[in-house]
Amino acid sequence: MKKSKKALLLLTMVISIIHLIPFYLLITVSFKPVDDTSSKWLPPATLYLDNFINAWKEANLGQAFVNNILITAISVLLVVFLGACASYPLARYKTRFNRFMFVFFISAMIVPPLTILVPLYKFIVDIGGLNQPWAIILLHVTFNLPITIFLFTGFINTIPRELDEAAMIDGMSRFSLFFRIIMPLLKPVTVTVMILTGVNVWNDYQFSVFFLQSSESHTLTVALSSFFSQYVNNVGWVAAGSLLSSLPIIILYLFLQKYFISGLSSGAVKG
Amino acid sequence: MDTEVRTQIQFVKKGLRRKKISSTVWLNVMYLPALLLFIVFIFYPFFKGLQISFTNWDGFSQTYDWIGLDNYKRMLHDPNIGTIIKNTLIYGIGSTLFQNIIGLAYALLLNREMKTRGITRTIIYLPVIISPLIMGYIWYFFFQYDGGALNDIILLFRNTPLNILADPQWNVWIIMFVNTYQYLGIAMVIYLAGLQTIPRDFYEAAQIDGASSWQRFKHVTLPMLMPSITINIVLNLVGGLKLFDVIISLTKGGPGYASQSLSTVMYKYYFASMDAGYAAALGNLMFVLISVISITALIYLRRKEIAG
Repeated sequence: MKKSKKALLLLTMVISIIHLIPFYLLITVSFKPVDDTSSKWLPPATLYLDNFINAWKEANLGQAFVNNILITAISVLLVVFLGACASYPLARYKTRFNRFMFVFFISAMIVPPLTILVPLYKFIVDIGGLNQPWAIILLHVTFNLPITIFLFTGFINTIPRELDEAAMIDGMSRFSLFFRIIMPLLKPVTVTVMILTGVNVWNDYQFSVFFLQSSESHTLTVALSSFFSQYVNNVGWVAAGSLLSSLPIIILYLFLQKYFISGLSSGAVKG
Repeated sequence: MDTEVRTQIQFVKKGLRRKKISSTVWLNVMYLPALLLFIVFIFYPFFKGLQISFTNWDGFSQTYDWIGLDNYKRMLHDPNIGTIIKNTLIYGIGSTLFQNIIGLAYALLLNREMKTRGITRTIIYLPVIISPLIMGYIWYFFFQYDGGALNDIILLFRNTPLNILADPQWNVWIIMFVNTYQYLGIAMVIYLAGLQTIPRDFYEAAQIDGASSWQRFKHVTLPMLMPSITINIVLNLVGGLKLFDVIISLTKGGPGYASQSLSTVMYKYYFASMDAGYAAALGNLMFVLISVISITALIYLRRKEIAG
């Protein structure tokens, strides 16, 4: 019995190490100068920081960070607000029409954004949204809304209706009842939505690469990819840039991992 | 509660209900902004895309001609379409298979009480939060020809390094592997949650009946996990079939068309070949492929859930 337990413990450690290999390589590569031809497996000999400085300057990561933070923060706020608002009537007043609307909102989940890339791109160009943060924010909000409405509606369904009725007996209007009583109760699912949307938007490449083409509007992933095609041989810079771009989200993950894991997985249930 | 109070409450409730009907319509105003976004950014483009696919639009001119079904006919004769669809299916079905097998194995392992459980779960899940584009770059350092980490090991055994990312036979599988590595954490977590819902008595009863551990897995664990299996399979299918970022960062779809999927080739036709009509048609093909495969899988698995 004891022996098998030790074997299992060893197995989990081996698995963990294997899964960490890519991250280990990312770190060793980002701390080595270009002319250091030693194996990527070996740790760097000195603490060489120039890759980070160069990546920051050459890929204009400072601007990209500002863009990323701005786009992610506004998208998350809008998704939470619009999603919660939309879910309230869908959860509380299930007329036949609203049931249909719920299905309509949820069904948008089956349209992978890339399949409508051509018309969407044309449309964004036509309305003057190319390279504009507001356009990409609206796109992120739209494509994150279906799962958000799904999660919020499900959660509001579990809040007893008596609460609404009691507040209305006290003379509250439906709107203030929603903002003052229901909204504060949505905290747990709001955390889920924030993590889900935040990670999606922060990491996005497939939208940003099309709609944010000018270098001032680049987000981190777009800045890194144009940087990578320019300096294919300078993997140290690319690694340093990748590490910097992922660091904020890795740190958040390590502190809030419980919320990340349950949040991102409940987003998975959308299938 | 005495009856008088109860009738009073009933009375108030009735009044509220009457009031409710008149203000329900007003409350629907709350979903109008979301509805507007959906119509403008999903439904309008979706139908516009159908329209563009019947034209020879180049992506920037003001004019174009209607060419009927020519773009769809062209697909049938496209010499690369076979490779592209095959790759898309490998990314979709291949990653689904591996994510589920490995994810389930990890979940079974971590479902036991042990000290390293939490940390192992954290590590396996870590790649999920990284941008897939960046995940591709990280693995590029591993697989790259010149000084790649894999080749450092290969060179210990043979004289020539592998150029695996440029090898059409291999690179598709490498991309599938990277996608699997990145997202198997989600499958694992969903299976772990599913395993927690299986009552212990089921296993005890099976043990009393003399079931071997394989029989217990087959007749207790698997059927009880069916809902988790459904979610994982459908989710991974959709994720893999629309894969884009990892392909761009590892091979850009090359060499030639060797590792292109529908999503990357559509991008290429639109922006590099200025062939927007054909790109729109490919987008529609991708939409049909993804919905048919995922909905079929969903219906099939849901039926199995009920039957099982």
